[in-house]
Amino acid sequence: MDSEKINQLIKLLNEHGLTEIEFSEGDQSIRIKRQSSSPARTTSLQPSPSSGITPPASVSVEAEVSGHRVCSPMVGTVYLAPNPDAPPYVSLGQKVNKGEILCIIEAMKMMNHIEADRSGVIKARLVDNGTPVQFNDPLFIIE
Amino acid sequence: MLNKVVIANRGEIALRILRACKELGIQTVALHSTADDNLKHVKLADETVCIGPPPASASYLNIPAIISSAEITDAVGIHPGYGFLSENADFAERVQQSGFVFIGPEPETIRMMGDKVSAITAMRKAKIPCVPGSEGELDNDDKKNLKIAQKIGYPVLIKAAGGGGGRGIRVVHSEAALLNAIAITRSEAQANFKNASVYLEKFLTNPRHIEIQVLGDGQGHAIHLGERDCSMQRRHQKVIEEAPAVGITEKQRQHMGELCVKACRDMKYRGAGTFEFLYENGNFYFIEMNTRIQVEHPITEMVTGVDLVVEQLHIASGEKLNYKQKQIAIRGHAIECRINAEDPKTFMPSPGTISLYHAPGGPGIRMDTPIYTGYCVPPYYDSLIGKLIAYGETREIALARLRNALDEIVIEGIQTNIAMHQALVRDANFIKGGTNIHYLEQRLAL
Repeated sequence: MDSEKINQLIKLLNEHGLTEIEFSEGDQSIRIKRQSSSPARTTSLQPSPSSGITPPASVSVEAEVSGHRVCSPMVGTVYLAPNPDAPPYVSLGQKVNKGEILCIIEAMKMMNHIEADRSGVIKARLVDNGTPVQFNDPLFIIE
Repeated sequence: MLNKVVIANRGEIALRILRACKELGIQTVALHSTADDNLKHVKLADETVCIGPPPASASYLNIPAIISSAEITDAVGIHPGYGFLSENADFAERVQQSGFVFIGPEPETIRMMGDKVSAITAMRKAKIPCVPGSEGELDNDDKKNLKIAQKIGYPVLIKAAGGGGGRGIRVVHSEAALLNAIAITRSEAQANFKNASVYLEKFLTNPRHIEIQVLGDGQGHAIHLGERDCSMQRRHQKVIEEAPAVGITEKQRQHMGELCVKACRDMKYRGAGTFEFLYENGNFYFIEMNTRIQVEHPITEMVTGVDLVVEQLHIASGEKLNYKQKQIAIRGHAIECRINAEDPKTFMPSPGTISLYHAPGGPGIRMDTPIYTGYCVPPYYDSLIGKLIAYGETREIALARLRNALDEIVIEGIQTNIAMHQALVRDANFIKGGTNIHYLEQRLAL
């Protein structure tokens, strides 16, 4: 990936006030993350004047990416890996089969496996590790 | 004071709770199903969490979704409203085990009062008069049961111990029908409440439904806030309620109120609660206790000046009661009409878009409703869409204001029971007052 493309991604990050962008092209992928001291909280998809939350990083990426959205079937906290030291269940560009585990959502101290509801390639990840999600929040895009 | 509360309910009561929270500076988290993201309180809340698809079992009755919502928003308390999980002792227990404040009584209190047989046993111990009955659940001894019913005297009611709110009840007029009726009621009870336990009560022919509001701080202090008359019912669902009850004297009020308060002190009752009675020939008979805020709470608020939902939040925050008994006085009269989205002839729910809503107004008029022009009433939940409350210095004034308000209110696009209320507030017997629990059904059948 050339530095020109990386600069463009950084520009996108800044222009739209995002905290993270993950981008894949062919077999190459890159993640650019903003250094942030305050944890991003996205408990509501309806921006309200008093919450002061920046729009989730997923918004601009989602608009451009086509494919099937895997949505959260429950309320809880997303974990991308089986435990903090392990690698994530899936990565961008990875081919998954229906039924494969994509991530965990934790609620009331219980871990629930979230499975791919169809086979395909992971085109985008719309949540971070530790993101709180509500019912129907989009998690991944599979094509 | 609790700093953030999850509102685990919908519709008018969710808006009521939101308003009380905002008044106290409490941050609000509105939970909603996918069908309810257009609710007024959802639009006003500080944070919102979508908890599931439309069916209540997957959303408003979904315990993990509700508790998880409190986790991800760092809420402190959960207000269950009425209906749904508000009287589910397991839910209350899990809320507390998960480290949150359940805004209501202790799980054990809910459990005791939720089983109608154990509630009656507890009330008998507290010397509260109950309807003559089997004084305990029936076993499978047919001969014994026939004897019990004979002693009570026909007609008798078979009631499900796990029921309540008018559900799981069957009338038996003669001995010949008793044993079959018990069997059927048992299997219905098993199917509906997962509890086949039943008991018998004398069927009172012309009682009024009179209930007493209480508040307890969970530390042994309690007060009562007078009574409400909820006799205007259709199929055990209240339609019009009023406070105070016509014909009840101050002496009766204080006597029954004090009995309820003592029962609350004994069980260290925490939160808002209501003792329901049947009243006939000057006698009160306990039927059940509701361990939650009720739909008709506004009429008590109007005649006492006490904000019951705000008091619930104070109590849940661990504070002592803000009022002493002697500070509670009944002043004036309040009447509430439940406005339902329903077909006026068949009473079937009438969901759809409200093309025009125009609120009534004027002195003494309070409208508790989440509806607005353009709001779409979903088909998945009960049909209550608002409560029109009129207050006046006398019952006559309250009635006159209620009549005017019912003529002013406009709800177009869906069907409602407004026309029925307009007829009832002009009904000679209702105007006279003191009609019993059978009156409305008899009148509607005409």
